[in-house]
Amino acid sequence: MGMTLTEKIIANAAGRDSVKAGENVWVNVNVLMTHDVCGPGTIGIFKDKFGADAKVFDKENVVIIPDHYIFTEDKRALRNIDILTDFAKEQELPHYYQPGTDTYMGVCHVTLPEKGHVRPGEIILGTDSHTCTHGALGAFATGIGNTDAAFTMGTGRTWLKVPETIKFVLEGKLPKTMMAKDLILHMIGEIGFSGATYCAMEFEGPVIDELSIEERMTICNMAIEAGGKNGVIAADAKVEAYVKERTDVPYTLFKADADADYKDVYVINCSELEPTVAIPSAPDKRKGVSEIKGTELTRAYIGSCTGGKTEDFAAAAEVMYGQKVAMDTFVVPSTTFVEKDLRTLKYKDKTYMEIFLEAGCRIGPPGCAACLGGPEDTFGRANSNEIVVSTTNRNFPGRMGSMQAQVYLASPYVAAASALTGVITQPDEYLESK
Amino acid sequence: MNSLIKGKAFVLGDNIDTDQIIPAKYLSYDPSNEEEKKYFGKFALFGVPEGESGYPGGDIRYVSEGYKSDYNIIIAGENFGCGSSREHAPFALAEAGAEIVVAQSFARIYFRNSVNGGYLVPSETPVKINEEVATGDELEIDLEINKLKNLTSGKEYDLNPLGDIKAIMEAGDVFKYAKQMGE
Repeated sequence: MGMTLTEKIIANAAGRDSVKAGENVWVNVNVLMTHDVCGPGTIGIFKDKFGADAKVFDKENVVIIPDHYIFTEDKRALRNIDILTDFAKEQELPHYYQPGTDTYMGVCHVTLPEKGHVRPGEIILGTDSHTCTHGALGAFATGIGNTDAAFTMGTGRTWLKVPETIKFVLEGKLPKTMMAKDLILHMIGEIGFSGATYCAMEFEGPVIDELSIEERMTICNMAIEAGGKNGVIAADAKVEAYVKERTDVPYTLFKADADADYKDVYVINCSELEPTVAIPSAPDKRKGVSEIKGTELTRAYIGSCTGGKTEDFAAAAEVMYGQKVAMDTFVVPSTTFVEKDLRTLKYKDKTYMEIFLEAGCRIGPPGCAACLGGPEDTFGRANSNEIVVSTTNRNFPGRMGSMQAQVYLASPYVAAASALTGVITQPDEYLESK
Repeated sequence: MNSLIKGKAFVLGDNIDTDQIIPAKYLSYDPSNEEEKKYFGKFALFGVPEGESGYPGGDIRYVSEGYKSDYNIIIAGENFGCGSSREHAPFALAEAGAEIVVAQSFARIYFRNSVNGGYLVPSETPVKINEEVATGDELEIDLEINKLKNLTSGKEYDLNPLGDIKAIMEAGDVFKYAKQMGE
């Protein structure tokens, strides 16, 4: 029996010829990423277990990207950033993206690949559940807790239970009103909130081949919303070009064997799908936009690792060009380089930033912002009974702040079109070029 | 690991995500800070919506005052601990005094964190039992024979064997386990 893509990567990292789903193996880890919410706890455990003078396993590959609670007056949140700064200095970490300096980037999952820290075939661990994003570049990437991270920080190792793989084959052609976000919401709805628990989700097919790197990241990012351990797409020429532009670290390409064993295979004809949302309060509560169009909203939010990348804003800008928003609309670029793109990239004669400002959007500083609520002064946080259409990845009770708020998850097209009308709206009439 | 656990049940539903276990607002407390860590106990399960906290009534706070709960056994349905990777979740439950969560299924990262950090036991049941146990029921759990007895109702339930994780729980945490494994 052959191996899946995930099994191949894990076998390589374990120094083995083969591994099988269900086995526990110790592996070498390529990259450990942490941020301001989990970094201080991780560092605390690291020092406790390895000693006050301990050194990290590999300075090049312990990457610290503060992003969660940056633009806040919350004293403990700011203290947490100081802890990271002190640690990065003490350990002489070259890849610390420090708030308040030119090196500040923003959302870790957008920064990590952009700065060349993700290569195909690698084992990438991060103290954040959306670390699964990086499977988009053909790596095995998963979220871990502070204790696991502290162990890896000191040893460069971890144990992994080899997951079974569920394969999704995306056939047909993606309708022009749809984005990767619609596809992953569709798939999560198909298998349910815990449908991929302990499993790898592997994505392939002509629709995946056509997707850009950023769109593939959106798909892998939300594997965790179905309980997935990792989401992964085999690296192709597009990925290789992206990676080579950003790093000269050598890497290995893996792909699944033809006779690999899958727990399940879903074949989806994308030509038949429509723009899709998840209604409150779980990411698997799937509805087609046609089923709930007209649902009243009070706020739109465009941002996060899932829906705050350059192409997400390109989509929103196309919809909002020459229009005015009908409700509070918050635009939060995920990173400083996405923010720069907003200022320089244009749709027709206007930059995305001009389009958003003329439409009446409020634009916040780069970071995770209100995706996960955060301190009460967080930009865009839902502090009351708001009904939000959001390009983020979670709509749990209280996720964006108040327990009274409700969140509809949607693509940037749907969120932007809905921002213009104040109700859940099909994007097609605002997409003249389509 | 304590293999005999006795105490009071606190009953929850399905899909208790980590934002419900410890809302993001409280994540700026540092769990490795002695002064701050008690707040994780205080706010454990603080994000569970009204009507869903402590079934069957659903209107009981897990920690009603101070930093510790009256309930050391949590009973839940499917997919307990879904969502973020925050280790603050099992940490918060343990800080509040929980020793075990018995659920029909767990989300993977929560499961791994509770084991690797050595915080509290994640125990799976073959069938849903959260509709058969009421908050406040006195329970007795024996992890040697994988049984849960509801002393209040007199009913007994099977638990799934701990399997792979038992060795880590018995070692104490992933550091001690790794040492045993020669890592």
